[in-house]
Amino acid sequence: MRYLCLIYDEEKKLGAMSKGESDAFMGEYFAFTEDIKKSGHYVGGNALQPANTATSVRVRGGKMSTTDGPFAETKEQLGGYYLIEAKDLNDALQVASKIPSAKLGTVEVRPIQEFN
Amino acid sequence: MAGDGSGKDTAAEVRAIIDELYRAESRRVLATLIRLLGDFDRAEEALHDAFSAAIEQWPRDGIPASPRAWLVSAGRFRAIDALRRRARFDASLAALAVQIEGQTAAPVEWIGEETLEDDRLRLVFTCCHPALQPDAQVALTLREVCSLTTEEIAHAFLTAPRTVAQRIVRAKAKIRDARIPYQVPDRHELQDRLDAVLRVVYLVFNEGYSASSGATLTRHDLSGEAIRLGRLLVDLLPEPEAVGLLALMLLQESRRAARSRDGEVVLLDAQDRTLWDGALIAEGVALVERALGGGPPGPYAVQAAIAAVHAEAAAADRTDWAQIVGLYDVLMRADASPVVELNRAAAVAMRDGAAAGLTLIDSILERGDLQDYQFAHSARADCCRRLGRVDDARRAYSRALALARQEPERRFLERRLRELSYKGPALAGPT
Repeated sequence: MRYLCLIYDEEKKLGAMSKGESDAFMGEYFAFTEDIKKSGHYVGGNALQPANTATSVRVRGGKMSTTDGPFAETKEQLGGYYLIEAKDLNDALQVASKIPSAKLGTVEVRPIQEFN
Repeated sequence: MAGDGSGKDTAAEVRAIIDELYRAESRRVLATLIRLLGDFDRAEEALHDAFSAAIEQWPRDGIPASPRAWLVSAGRFRAIDALRRRARFDASLAALAVQIEGQTAAPVEWIGEETLEDDRLRLVFTCCHPALQPDAQVALTLREVCSLTTEEIAHAFLTAPRTVAQRIVRAKAKIRDARIPYQVPDRHELQDRLDAVLRVVYLVFNEGYSASSGATLTRHDLSGEAIRLGRLLVDLLPEPEAVGLLALMLLQESRRAARSRDGEVVLLDAQDRTLWDGALIAEGVALVERALGGGPPGPYAVQAAIAAVHAEAAAADRTDWAQIVGLYDVLMRADASPVVELNRAAAVAMRDGAAAGLTLIDSILERGDLQDYQFAHSARADCCRRLGRVDDARRAYSRALALARQEPERRFLERRLRELSYKGPALAGPT
């Protein structure tokens, strides 16, 4: 079964990291990605640019409107994701708990809806 | 079918045996059916079909050698059959039927005691999975493991049956859709997951032991269910903390008859100890020794040990307060919290005098941790009362009263306040 791990971090906290801390954090991400590729959990994943680059789009009555900023203003922002293949929720939670941001922010784990 | 009179007697006897089996075994059979069929609702339906089949067939064919295995087998067979019938309208169910049949190709008749017990444990861990809401964990455990009805659960927790039913439906949907596995956790996560299970059990016990609001002080049935669950866990997974929790519940339960008189709260020091249940105390004390048997003790084991010291004191004034303070020190190391610190302070007040206790309580309150905790203010009031500081005692009892939610506790605090109004020397003098 596939699960999406949505990574929420406080951008302010990440921005306040020193160069050394920031490099170490990225290093943890590279190592984690290698690990889940080896274990066969990895399907895909990406980091996102900061939330101030986001644009939200709605269409109402056939008319498109765009607004600057993310869908919801929150303390922690969506900063990236992994799509993983896991045996069950326990397996997925084990993987999610090792995402480096789990120690700083929050990782939301959502099962993928399969349509057959 | 036998046409003579004795055949009819036998049918009634068989029916009585089936009723007894339902009472005693239906949850075990359900636990195994959930594993075999991979779905709670399908397993519930199969369980009822299996018992219907028994009522139909056993009077005619006799009681099978292993009734439990027969019921599991019949439930599984009927579930597959039902899936096949529905497959005419929904093709995906045919594949599911084949899958279930394939997964359980081995004859179900060999299912032994151990497998059934493992399934019960799987059920407990699934119902108490941390990915479910705490309220839902409690409701699902009481429904699926203890077999309480939705109405009974709603009544016990003073909520609407519809709310409980919704919680259970949502929890089952999440188990299915997010694929929460039906398994006992691996060794490396067992401790955390067991803590979650024990928390649910103790919450059920406490809800029964001291109802969190409302007019009745105790709701006995819930405590009984929690103790049954505790026994089940100790049988299935005798980890020290599971043993410790069972001991703690039994020792608290042993005081039930003495805890209230005519609907009024009676505190530990004023309880009639002849009303304490000696059999529960003996069992609890033996379990405490087992729980403390090796390694650093966990919080339930230590709390049980404290309860055991109280239980073994012949009279309130012969309580070994030095040992109780020592045990609270151990508890602070195992599971520090402001409430534990407060309880330790109350024990110090008994060992070293009210002034020493009051100093500790005030320092906790000054930190602001327990400002809204009724028992912090009643403990403070109690120390002030013993020191003859009537005005301070009155203020603190009033604060506790404003925070108290339970009627008997409110009456108790009101009584204490009234007693303070009579400034007789017997009440005001330090002891």
